Amino acid sequence: MADLRNNFVGIKSPNPFWLASAPPTDKAYNVERAFKAGWGGVVWKTLGEEGPPVVNVNGPRYGAIWGADRRLLGLNNIELITDRDLYTNLREMKQVKMNWPDRALIASIMVPCDENAWKAILPLVEETGADGIELNFGCPHGMSERGMGAAVGQVPEYIEMVVRWCKQYTRMPVITKLTPNITDIRKPARAAKSGGTDAVSLINTINSITSVNLDTFSPEPSIDGKGSHGGYCGPAVKPIALNMVAEIARDPETYGLPISGIGGITTWRDAAEFLVLGAGNVQVCTAAMTYGFKIVQEMITGLSSWMDAKGHRSLDDICGRAVPNVSDWQYLNLNYVAKARIDQDACIKCGRCHIACEDTSHQAITQYVDGIRHFEVMEDECVGCNLCVNVCPVQDCITMVGLEPGTLDERTGKVVDANYANWTTHPNNPMARQAAE
Amino acid sequence: MGTTETGIVSGRLSPAEYDRNFSDLHPSLDEHEALVASDRCYFCYDAPCMTACPTSIDIPLFIRQISTGNPIGSANTIFDQNILGGMCARVCPTETLCEQACVRNTAEHRPVEIGRLQRYATDIAMRDNVQFYERAEPTGKSIAVIGAGPAGLACAHRLAVKGHDVVIYDAREKAGGLNEYGIATYKTVDSFAQKEVDYVLSIGGIEIRNRQMLGRDFSLNDMLSKHDAVFLGLGLAGVNALRAEGETAAGVEDAVDFIAALRQSETKSDIPVGRRVVVLGGGMTAVDAAVQAKLLGAEEVTICYRRGKDNMNASEFEQDLAASKGVTIRHWLQPKRILTRDGKVAGIELDYTALEDGRLVTTGETGVITADHVLKAIGQTFEADDLGAIALQCGRIVVDAEGHTSLERVWAGGDCVLGGEDLTVSAVAMGRDAAESINRALAAATQPVVAVA
Ligand SMILES: Cc1cc2nc3c(=O)[nH]c(=O)nc-3n(C[C@H](O)[C@H](O)[C@H](O)COP(=O)(O)OP(=O)(O)OC[C@H]3O[C@@H](n4cnc5c(N)ncnc54)[C@H](O)[C@@H]3O)c2cc1C
Ligand SMILES: Cc1cc2nc3c(=O)[nH]c(=O)nc-3n(C[C@H](O)[C@H](O)[C@H](O)COP(=O)(O)O)c2cc1C
Ligand code: SF4
Ligand code: SF4
Ligand code: SF4
Repeated sequence: MADLRNNFVGIKSPNPFWLASAPPTDKAYNVERAFKAGWGGVVWKTLGEEGPPVVNVNGPRYGAIWGADRRLLGLNNIELITDRDLYTNLREMKQVKMNWPDRALIASIMVPCDENAWKAILPLVEETGADGIELNFGCPHGMSERGMGAAVGQVPEYIEMVVRWCKQYTRMPVITKLTPNITDIRKPARAAKSGGTDAVSLINTINSITSVNLDTFSPEPSIDGKGSHGGYCGPAVKPIALNMVAEIARDPETYGLPISGIGGITTWRDAAEFLVLGAGNVQVCTAAMTYGFKIVQEMITGLSSWMDAKGHRSLDDICGRAVPNVSDWQYLNLNYVAKARIDQDACIKCGRCHIACEDTSHQAITQYVDGIRHFEVMEDECVGCNLCVNVCPVQDCITMVGLEPGTLDERTGKVVDANYANWTTHPNNPMARQAAE
Repeated sequence: MGTTETGIVSGRLSPAEYDRNFSDLHPSLDEHEALVASDRCYFCYDAPCMTACPTSIDIPLFIRQISTGNPIGSANTIFDQNILGGMCARVCPTETLCEQACVRNTAEHRPVEIGRLQRYATDIAMRDNVQFYERAEPTGKSIAVIGAGPAGLACAHRLAVKGHDVVIYDAREKAGGLNEYGIATYKTVDSFAQKEVDYVLSIGGIEIRNRQMLGRDFSLNDMLSKHDAVFLGLGLAGVNALRAEGETAAGVEDAVDFIAALRQSETKSDIPVGRRVVVLGGGMTAVDAAVQAKLLGAEEVTICYRRGKDNMNASEFEQDLAASKGVTIRHWLQPKRILTRDGKVAGIELDYTALEDGRLVTTGETGVITADHVLKAIGQTFEADDLGAIALQCGRIVVDAEGHTSLERVWAGGDCVLGGEDLTVSAVAMGRDAAESINRALAAATQPVVAVA
């Protein structure tokens, strides 16, 4: 059996699955249930300053998009940080940590961008026995209007400053949670690193409006006829999150900085993808909110079955394994030639590959052959784009087959070259031409 | 070929027809089909399907594991609760168990295909011979399991996991009980029953002794003196008698014997069947016998049941299956007399029946059906000797909630106990639970006595 034990910046947990700071970690009741179900750790719902807590709307907080059959694909929320009293939270955190010493318990914190505010709350959190803190620089709605959350996360200088205060005023490991609502995710990550952060976690939710009611013309969720943008999460955001994690993992300036991967993780496979792209562990919110805490059992057993099947013994064997394979476009091998192949036995003759290629791509798939409905790739037209593979409803019916070096590419009339060659040296590249001159 | 020859003859069909008729009823799902089917599961909380499964398999979890491309983990989830999950996936009347409870029925009258998904996952794990269990440290205890049917096998496996040594004694040639000798051929093709026995035994620590019959070769007391505990999974070895004139005529046969012979035949072409077959009974055995008689090439097969459709033990699905194979099901008919010619069956005379104040009565009207082969499927009975003073009720062994009998160190489960459901899956559940109870009892007995100050 694969060893799933996780050590993330010195914080130990029996598995790499943590619950992200959100409603599932709002209070002791939920967290106790989560630990019973098998979660390795939790990031407690974000704490605010001492004093009267924030208030939430009293109407709907969520919007969603669904696939056919009402499968929840994306969730949007306008919830704020905890709306419970600071001391109630701290008391509960302390008790829960005592009850579950082998699980990770992280305090998420968001207080105003003022040194004294941070200085005041850190000792209180430390006293609970929490294993670390996460700085919430991500919340994209409500809190950002008050100069916190994403309002800090979008300004690298603020990030660096707050991280530095935290490192100064606490011995606890600091995880900086980043907002994706920014053009280049490497900037805030670098700033967090300069401030001395132990790790970054990402992504928080993405600014979004999920839908508009066409009778009332109000965005959803509608509060008395009005709506506000919310934060998008769930399966739909995974590709965005994966890219951001990979960007940080391969950036020379942040290379090696521990990353807690978040965003759309729903199955063991999603989690494994984050891990191989450089995350040291993962956090989950929407999947738990959709299916309940038991979902972690699928993640644990799935990850360990896959690791067993592949002979990976511990998380160290897999973390970051895909990072070296993430490249800039300009370094991709232009001598690699692939063509689509249709398995005629599997083909159900729906015609989707043909029309996708015919109308919108390269006119490389037949519709009739000898007067009979027949879909086949014309190798002399196929550019190997992969669109047909993605629109074909039958799994593995169309596959991309790489041409062996030495064989003829019928489209270009050239023999496939075994050597690697990329854009930087391509004759059509003006920069390459200049360099050659 | 004597396709329509009168009398009980074999070889009514061509080899290809036999092959086709006795092939898999529900072939395995392929990967794509399994993904589509699993995607329909809602991952319900406190899932009704799971409650409806006698072995309480975590159905939402195993289906989700299939949908995330982890069939091996899925099989692990299934086997944790039901080590014969492969057979159950093939033979469970899911339409009255898990699939009946599926919440998808409420919305769209079509449940998640739980049984077929269960088969998909367990087939992959068994094909790849993935072993999920290791034996605990040897306990030095030895347990006799009598009967190698689903109850005995499930009990033996769980005991072996706990580190006990197990000896299974079974009267028959092969292990498996009715999995090997009873279940309809088209539900368990390709010697699956024996493959499953091998898979269960691969845990180690279980020895099987065949052709060892309680009451003939040994007594319960012999077992108790040799072993620390005994589990009885004897099934139902006897059958009810018809008690009608002509019962001993050639051509009157017990349906279970007919099926057992059929199951042991490689090609089926050597199994004789009548041209016109009448099957008496209304349960699963009656349907299985009738359908298989038809598949062997009988021209006419009629099930006669003495009560109405709603009283039939065979499920709606089984009845439809019989109808689709061309079996006629007739109700409110009770056998009166077997008609014979030259000592052989020539037909059957039946009384029409009706309910009067809740009691079954004959109406006085009678009818005759021409037949050269009569199969009796009117119920099996518990039969065993040398069980000492074990408490029986209604002819079956009385057990408590854990499967313990009235005798010390003796447990029982499966068809032979009172209050069971006479299903493979229930036998597995009882065998497994009895093993847990035996394990607790043995552990308690070896616990050092702690002096209380
Ligand atoms: C024709 C038929 C079709 C069926 N179809 C289905 C179906 O489709 N689905 C379903 O769920 N259930 C079905 N059943 C019911 C199911 O097979 C039984 O409920 C199940 O096999 C019971 O398991 P068991 O272990 O209690 O007994 P059995 O399977 O009967 O096993 C008992 C074992 O004990 C051995 N034994 C008996 N007496 C002695 C003795 N004195 N000494 C030593 N060994 C002995 C026998 O040889 C046998 O191996 C069917 C039953 C029949 C008869
Ligand atoms: C209702 C809701 C409330 C959230 N509240 C917080 C919060 O208080 N602090 C925080 O850091 N992130 C918060 N998040 C963001 C999540 O922690 C997580 O980063 C995001 O949902 C992406 O992960 P997912 O796709 O698994 O849901 C919240 C998300 C949701 C859906
Ligand atoms: S999920 Fe619970 S709290 Fe929320 S609207 Fe429904 S019933 Fe109310
Ligand atoms: S999309 Fe796939 S199934 Fe449809 S015609 Fe093309 S190859 Fe065949
Ligand atoms: S009841 Fe149906 S939908 Fe719900 S968990 Fe069971 S199989 Fe899935």
